[in-house]
Amino acid sequence: MVELEVLVSLIPVLPLAGFLIIALNVHTLSHKVSSFIACGTILISFVLSLVTFSHLVGLSPIDRSITVSIISWINTASFSAEIAFLVDPLSSLMLLIITGVGFLIHVYSIGYMHDDSGYNRFFSYMNLFVFFMLLLVMASNYLLMFVGWEGVGLCSYLLIGFWFKNHEYNKAANKAFIMNRIGDLGLLLGVILIFINFNSIEYKTVFENASAKDITTLTWITVLLFIGAMGKSAQIPLYTWLPDAMAGPTPVSALIHAATMVTAGVYMVARNNVLYSLSPIALQLVLVIGVSTALLAATIALFQNDIKKILAYSTVSQLGLMFVALGLGAYTAGVFHMATHAFFKALLFLSAGSVIHALQGEQDIRRMGGLKKYLPVTYLTFFVAVLAISGIPPFAGFFSKDEILARAFGHDPAVWVLALLASLLTVFYMFRLFYLTFWGTERAEGGVKQHIHESPRSMAIPLSILAFLSFVGGFMNVPEALAGTSWLTGYLSPVFEPAKNNGLVHQLSHTTEYILMATVLTLTVIIIAIAYNRFIKKGSVPAGEGQLKGLGQIIYHKYYVDEIYDLLFVRALERLARIVETVIEAMAIDRLVNLAGQFITASSHVLRRVQSGSIGFYIFVMIIGIIVLLTLTTVTAEI
Amino acid sequence: MMTLFILFWPLVIALVIFILRPANAKKIAFVASVLEFLIALLIVVQFDKSGSNSLAFNIPWIPSLGISFSIAIDGISLLLVLLTTGLVPFIILSSFESPAPKPANYYALIMVMQMALVGVFTALDGFLFYIFWEMALIPIYFICLIWGGENRAFITLKFFIYTLAGSLFMLVALLYLYYQTPGSHSFQIDAIYAAGRGLSAAHQGILYWGLFLAFAIKMPVFPFHTWQPDTYTVAPVEGTMLLSGIMLKMGFYGVIRWLLPVVPVGASSWAMTAIILSVIGIIYASVIAINQKDFKRLIAYASIAHVGLISAGLLTMTRIGYQGALIQMISHGILAFALFYICEIIFQRTNSRTIASLGGLRNNAPILTTVFMIVILGTIALPFTSGFVGEFLLLNSLFSYNIFLGVAGGTTIIFGAVYMLYAFQYMMLGKSSPQSSTIADLTSHEKMVLYPIVILIFVIGIHPDPLLQISEAAVSDILKVFSTQSANLK
Repeated sequence: MVELEVLVSLIPVLPLAGFLIIALNVHTLSHKVSSFIACGTILISFVLSLVTFSHLVGLSPIDRSITVSIISWINTASFSAEIAFLVDPLSSLMLLIITGVGFLIHVYSIGYMHDDSGYNRFFSYMNLFVFFMLLLVMASNYLLMFVGWEGVGLCSYLLIGFWFKNHEYNKAANKAFIMNRIGDLGLLLGVILIFINFNSIEYKTVFENASAKDITTLTWITVLLFIGAMGKSAQIPLYTWLPDAMAGPTPVSALIHAATMVTAGVYMVARNNVLYSLSPIALQLVLVIGVSTALLAATIALFQNDIKKILAYSTVSQLGLMFVALGLGAYTAGVFHMATHAFFKALLFLSAGSVIHALQGEQDIRRMGGLKKYLPVTYLTFFVAVLAISGIPPFAGFFSKDEILARAFGHDPAVWVLALLASLLTVFYMFRLFYLTFWGTERAEGGVKQHIHESPRSMAIPLSILAFLSFVGGFMNVPEALAGTSWLTGYLSPVFEPAKNNGLVHQLSHTTEYILMATVLTLTVIIIAIAYNRFIKKGSVPAGEGQLKGLGQIIYHKYYVDEIYDLLFVRALERLARIVETVIEAMAIDRLVNLAGQFITASSHVLRRVQSGSIGFYIFVMIIGIIVLLTLTTVTAEI
Repeated sequence: MMTLFILFWPLVIALVIFILRPANAKKIAFVASVLEFLIALLIVVQFDKSGSNSLAFNIPWIPSLGISFSIAIDGISLLLVLLTTGLVPFIILSSFESPAPKPANYYALIMVMQMALVGVFTALDGFLFYIFWEMALIPIYFICLIWGGENRAFITLKFFIYTLAGSLFMLVALLYLYYQTPGSHSFQIDAIYAAGRGLSAAHQGILYWGLFLAFAIKMPVFPFHTWQPDTYTVAPVEGTMLLSGIMLKMGFYGVIRWLLPVVPVGASSWAMTAIILSVIGIIYASVIAINQKDFKRLIAYASIAHVGLISAGLLTMTRIGYQGALIQMISHGILAFALFYICEIIFQRTNSRTIASLGGLRNNAPILTTVFMIVILGTIALPFTSGFVGEFLLLNSLFSYNIFLGVAGGTTIIFGAVYMLYAFQYMMLGKSSPQSSTIADLTSHEKMVLYPIVILIFVIGIHPDPLLQISEAAVSDILKVFSTQSANLK
């Protein structure tokens, strides 16, 4: 029997090895071999994650934590950090999602990318991403987490700009990287502040000593860390990179920009629940940002016509909902929604990819419609995902969303109303998308229409498995009100237990919960009916840009946030750069220098009669120096 | 003896090349520099990490003036000697495929340059330090003047006078200190230290600026930097590599050895001012870098930004700042070399360094693109690359010194990504421009130079301990001075 420590350390090492093998032989490996290596390494990591998980489940709650030290990384008298892994209930859950969903998306990519000339490069990046993502969630200290954090950002950059001949895609990649870096600076400074105050960057040490620190310090730390989460998890004001990130291949959107990387912020805040629970201001900030983002992104999604853009804004909105949960101190609810979201959002993206694949790259839902006849499997899996995200029982999204809403109600009914509004908007735009894509009139163009075909099995099988998970995923945390056992809450309790002592839990009566559920469900059904009436009965197709007026026009243009950012930051910076260079640098500083230089040259004109050139001047100075030295010596000696 | 060898061996080779004028000067220079590096490695292997000031060589030189030929290699010197001796073979090797005219003179000057640099990093006598300091200027001046590009006469003269002016302030400061030493006076470093520390805070402050000016011009720190972009751009690529890879570290070394321990009280009372200048330099140079059309000039400004952070961290006079600065100097040397080399490779193939005129180089040169990407990742301090360790430690020291300066200095990680990724995108990605459609990928010779660099970027990033530990004891010695000085003041 191999030791568990070895197995745990193999989980991230295998995808790394896969990356190295493929990357170093990128021009020689056949497509079959490279996809076999890429998928195989992730599959083994998944199996190892399962082994680890089942081991943890078998332990008593307080023992559910394994630390594995690999090597020291930075080790000096002033600072030390090691490469060490921490597997506890939270990270073990993340491991299952990353390797499990990651494996399915890898398999899907075999079919999706089969024609692409960058096939091997694609799989090498994907494996590298999985490695960094695993590092992020397995790290036992902040700095190693930061390695994973920046690493996934790099992979995101590489994969958004995967089709590098298109400068629009490259710009999207740059935008993603730079916006993330703004957040990363916050995170990095947070880590430094932790080190300054705790003299350690180990989670364990920090959490154990957190309650002894003053609240102002903890607020600074948690707010700085949260700035990192805003970048990575696309929250206001750093969310505009995510919709643009859809430039990458669709499997990338599914894995990185829906299921895993963008949830890193949620993971990080949940991981630091001890610190956040000690700082009411930070929690309030998380809540406010979460609610605002959930609503803002949901309204934008109402007016988009690009299938991937709709899903992207939906992701931003759902992430906002997760932060609502975290901001309420309902860490389990946030993590629970993250897990179910990983299933159904990956499924939505992959199904959308299947549609795009079938329509030869078409992404505009105004040129789709009636596809259920041609794509029966995709239609079914997409439908499951729509039901799941809309919160129809017993699909996965119902339970996780319900838990967040219930906790919001317990905190403040106003928060509940806003969160409910965001999820009702979600229902509307998802059914809008669903009806316009699969039902109604066939609006595909003639040439495209002839070639519509269902995707190959390598794509259909992952879709089916994800559909199954989107169906049953919610059962991992069925509340007591519905005769469940809240298994996930119990499993994660060792991680979130310490934070619970801060009086943030509001227990609702079962009756209240039933009333809330009934309200939400009734409203959901009404919204679906409205969408049905509009898009099927009346057969309305979204208008183009010119026909929209007033608020619709503004929302269609995403509130012009991109334009405002462009004006305020991008162009302003470019202008500043020009002014600094031409005015301050050339006209002030350098001119002064040259004037001083001219003065010296002018005065050395006299000397030049004796000396032949500038080197002479130099030697002259040296000699003067020595003479001064000698004279001074004699003078002082005489004194 | 090894110290003597490592100092004089390049000079011997330079003389041999200069006098005999062999046809294959570059090969002789290369083999000699590799040998020099091997000796440096031998020193590293035998180095006693717990002690400092080992490998000393000290004989009286001009006894009547208290000048001695005193050199030694402690942990701090060793890191810089390692950088110098390690980088010179790469610089020579990188020049093999585009030989300069009059190669004998060219390589002889490079070897003289190496000797002077090693001298600066090992001298323990103020006078000797000054001699080496000025001696380093002569070969690089000629390299730029004779083999440089357009408008070189004016630019090199400006560079020359600017740095020389700075050195004069240093000379005056050193002489002043010399006259404060007891008895018949001495330039020995310990005597200088004692003299400097014995001064009042006000006098220390004046001396601080005299010395700092010389070092600040060399690095360069804002606003003493305007010679740098022009000189870096006009110099032949080997000259730029020498300047940015090694020579600017003379400034940092000066701060570490000949400034902070000499006038610790003056240094800590003026620290805020000097750090603010450094931090302004980070943002100022980054902003200008965004506007650059010529990639070589962009790297030059990026270098000012990175140098600003090293200087700021160092001037906090903390252990973490010192260690961050030391490891970042090594990393910066490697990365600057690689960036300028890649810039040169592209220039040779396309005859252009203008970012906008390139584009799509990746289509024909995927290996070059990958290597370039990795070097950029190091430059923008991605974790697990060499750039991250130093940048993290430096930001750590700056942030604990002052939160606002820490945040302002930290913007380098955002700006760095902005200008580097922008340049990368428009040079390497997109569709091929007419100028870049026929570019060839890296030759095996170029791979021989760049692959070891790529490996080093990761090795230092993942396992920086051996480098960090070399300087640990020497840094402790200096820090002891700071703590006793501040204790005395109280």
